[in-house]
Amino acid sequence: MARYIFKRILIGIPILFFVVTAVFFAFRLIPGDAARIIAGDEAPQERVEQIRRDLGLDRPALVQYGAYLAKLSRGDLGVSFSSRRPVAVEIASRFWNTFSLALAAITLATIVGISMGVVSALFRGTIADHVVTLIALLGISIPVFWLGLLMMQLFSVELGWLPAAGYGTWRHFVMPTITLSVFSIAFITRMTRSSLLETIQQDYVRTARAKGVRERLVLLMHSLRNALLPVTIVVGLRFGYMVGGAVITEEVFAWPGLGRLLILSVAQRDIPLVQGLLLVFATSFVIVNLLVDILYAFLDPRIRHR
Amino acid sequence: MNLRSPLRTIGTFARDHKLAALGAVLVAAFVFTGIFAPQLAPKDPNRVSVRHSLAPPSAEFPLGADNNGRDILSRIIHGARVSLYISTTSVGLAALVGVSLGIFAAWYRWTRGPIMRLMDVLLAFPGIVIALTIIAILGRGLENVILAIAIYQIPQFARLAHGLALSAQEQTYVEAAIAGGESDGAILSRYVLPNIIAPIIVQISLLVPGAIMTAAGLSFIGLGVAPPTAEWGAMLQLSLTWGRLAPHMTIFPGLALMLVVFGFNVLGDGLRDALDPRLQGRS
Repeated sequence: MARYIFKRILIGIPILFFVVTAVFFAFRLIPGDAARIIAGDEAPQERVEQIRRDLGLDRPALVQYGAYLAKLSRGDLGVSFSSRRPVAVEIASRFWNTFSLALAAITLATIVGISMGVVSALFRGTIADHVVTLIALLGISIPVFWLGLLMMQLFSVELGWLPAAGYGTWRHFVMPTITLSVFSIAFITRMTRSSLLETIQQDYVRTARAKGVRERLVLLMHSLRNALLPVTIVVGLRFGYMVGGAVITEEVFAWPGLGRLLILSVAQRDIPLVQGLLLVFATSFVIVNLLVDILYAFLDPRIRHR
Repeated sequence: MNLRSPLRTIGTFARDHKLAALGAVLVAAFVFTGIFAPQLAPKDPNRVSVRHSLAPPSAEFPLGADNNGRDILSRIIHGARVSLYISTTSVGLAALVGVSLGIFAAWYRWTRGPIMRLMDVLLAFPGIVIALTIIAILGRGLENVILAIAIYQIPQFARLAHGLALSAQEQTYVEAAIAGGESDGAILSRYVLPNIIAPIIVQISLLVPGAIMTAAGLSFIGLGVAPPTAEWGAMLQLSLTWGRLAPHMTIFPGLALMLVVFGFNVLGDGLRDALDPRLQGRS
């Protein structure tokens, strides 16, 4: 097991290295005079020169790349153009807000998604199955910001039950959590259903049936455990994306997280902040995937003995 | 295909996949509306009329008016045109580049490493984050939105095409073509590509709704198509401010967006079932 974990970590490192490299060089592709474009047309010449120095645009790309890597290895992500505060501080102060929202959303999505998927597969072909399938289809089709706006109109404006925006108590979490989880609920539901229906055709399930085990019991005890393996991967993938993918949900509910910070930094072309956020998103994605792989190997002995 | 006429094939498909047929109708309505928007819209989508600001649905404004008194129905109809243009061009571009990269990576082994590593980098981010990054680099505007969406969808096509091309190029007819001395370009375009095209078409139909949603999302956060262009996401952004006074500003643009995305999703599901025999009879 330790060997397997070590091997997985070794696979994750080069991906992060490529991400760092791509994030660095991508911003060398700004067409024209990058410093002037970032500063804006009306900015004074000193400001333009300062941005040029900050970004190292006055030096050759490779020299600057080396300096960037050296700073990064000390945990220095640079200084935000707009707030003049270190990027690492800006990100750290908001990370928990996004992480807690993502955690709440993935928990809700996993519980509801697997339950609906199991019901749908157990009662395949019945009304219950059709209803769940339709809900899942609507779930992947509904625009998240529209759902957020509709809930806000109903629960905040009309009924006054929940706060429309902001961060603080558990009541602030309700609507953003639902909004962020809807797509994942639908995705996990579909995945659970098809995975369970596929597992049913396996030999060990046939053996259980031949032993005379009751049909529903066969599904729950013998199929479900195996069927949930691929679902674990999907859950992990969705969670890995949620840390960066809460952009629109955060904007709807004025949630003070990394997603809104990204929107702000893109709008102001605050390049060091954008770069820092990208690295944080990619790192969370790679770490979550690593944890999922380890969990997967833990749950399925066939993987780690391969 | 077989000897059945195309019309009968479509008829059989519609009978076996009722939901997909509904999807096809929605998609057709969307495409039709997009193409003929200037003829279909009852009013000028940008005509401001302070007198009708936030007017509720009426005979004059079937879906009401927005905060500037602009006709929402006309703006939704013109929004379909913007949406259709962005989604088809971006997914088309992504398919073109992605499929080429995938086929290349499969045929020229040495290109596999670099191409697939680049795809891994893109896949480490949610689509909206990639799109926002491209906007940060290139700036706003219609063309940059198209490019932003295309770039995050490239890996989806590259991975699929790579896998398909790997098995397609093992076929006897490709060996025969190699033995016959045909050029690489001819082999790839005449033997490999046509044999992997069906799943790629399915992939296109499954990625178009994502492109439509991302384009609307970018406008919603104010980083997409510039105002005053009639665009569904931009209309919903206005409703963030005005929606509590005029719920019709929230309801109708979102409904249009959802119906179109729903249509593409069920059509894509149906096409996948119909073209992938392994899945047949499962759902």
